Amino acid sequence: MPEDRPHDGDDFQLVTRTGDLERTQYGIPLAVLAELTHRCPLQCPYCSNPLELEAASGELTTAEWLHVIDELAEIGVLQIHFSGGEPTVRKDLVALVARATEVGLYSNLITSAVMLTRDKLAALADAGLNHVQISFQGAEPVVADRVGGFRNGHAKKLAAARWTRELDLPLTINAVMHRQNLHQLPDIIDMAVALDADRLEVANVQYYGWALKNRQALMPTVAQLEQTTRLVTAAQQRLNAVLVIDYVIPDYYASRPKQCMGGWGRQFFNISPAGKVLPCHAAETITGLSFESVRDHSLDWIWNHSAAFNRYRGTDWMPEPCLSCAHKEEDFGGCRCQAFALTGDAGNTDPACALSPMHGRIFALAETESGADRNAFLYRNFSGGLPETD
Amino acid sequence: MQAETPPAVRAPRPRITAQSVPRLPRHVKLHHDKTRDRWVILVPERVLLPDDTAVAVLQRVDGARRVCDIVDDLARVYNADPALILKDSIALLQDLADKAFLLAATEPPDA
Repeated sequence: MPEDRPHDGDDFQLVTRTGDLERTQYGIPLAVLAELTHRCPLQCPYCSNPLELEAASGELTTAEWLHVIDELAEIGVLQIHFSGGEPTVRKDLVALVARATEVGLYSNLITSAVMLTRDKLAALADAGLNHVQISFQGAEPVVADRVGGFRNGHAKKLAAARWTRELDLPLTINAVMHRQNLHQLPDIIDMAVALDADRLEVANVQYYGWALKNRQALMPTVAQLEQTTRLVTAAQQRLNAVLVIDYVIPDYYASRPKQCMGGWGRQFFNISPAGKVLPCHAAETITGLSFESVRDHSLDWIWNHSAAFNRYRGTDWMPEPCLSCAHKEEDFGGCRCQAFALTGDAGNTDPACALSPMHGRIFALAETESGADRNAFLYRNFSGGLPETD
Repeated sequence: MQAETPPAVRAPRPRITAQSVPRLPRHVKLHHDKTRDRWVILVPERVLLPDDTAVAVLQRVDGARRVCDIVDDLARVYNADPALILKDSIALLQDLADKAFLLAATEPPDA
């Protein structure tokens, strides 16, 4: 599920066995995030889908997705992440996974897992699915089901995680963390070990779209974050060769911005439910950019010629302080979506950077919000959000 | 905050020796990328780029040959020092095993 994607490029980098990064200069990406649908039974208040969700009637058809999968393999994509919304909402998921297997794409399922049955999962495994990632909203049902806005969701996730391992599929647990569930992180780590997960993503919420609307209810305190970093570091050492833990910090409290998606249009793309090709899954939060569709152009053409992709590619578009910055090829000026969300212009330096003139103000705002006791959520839905009631 | 070490239900990662019989699990694919004309290792949410030595070793990892058999073969094909190849191969395979990208038995499977 997209709300669970850490908003960075870690998953899609080329990594040597010693962990070095090798850059592809705007060659076709190695991985694609295929958002099959925005429909989802969960209502997480930090969902990274756009505020204006795509209705089922606008989704690509099965035939269109099959064509896209063929095209992805032809142009050199190696991995496909089936995501959403909730990808298991699509009745054709098994057929899409089977086609990915047939054309040699390595497939990941990124799911809330609440709609899975053991039979459905077995059918996906038989179709050649290579990996399952399940989101968890907490360590136990009270917090988790409240965050997801879905009753009995946590118990269903636990069952699905066990089936995943019984079917000998590798399992990643994705835990999106924020002020109201960070206290459960030690138990989430234990849960990941007990579920025999291979990998745990501890992803702090990134703030745009729905999460920005809920920032005051989600923003962790500085003290929470410091404790979390210590905890994760200790767990990484303790669980070496048992569980891989990837950690995404919220960059509001960083002094340097994240290298978002490995750079805009450099090594990642996303296909929306309606077939729009995006430089990142949150790119549609930036108004004023128009994105090309697989219904109108080939993927190869879009990657190379889309005005939206070329808008923030490379470093020539950068304003100061980025343009003359020694770090511009390291962080590419940070996150365009965050720059847009916080400054109104996606071409500005990401305010997460200490060199941004807005950094101090935003840090102070985040700290103020984290200390406020306003915890009610605005749940994600198709009609502008549902305020939480007692 | 809890300090207790949780019980590790997962079997400990295998310790690779010359007698180990390594194999790749189903979620790890050594794949020739035609577009970029290079070998890659596909794993969950990562693409690893093996160097030439790693490719040569992994092409011989088949769940039947021991590490020492693989090393003998490489020493013959590349006319190189077996001791050095053994050291490099164990380091490579152990690294993959530690990441859960490699399984290993201690004895060859019965023929």
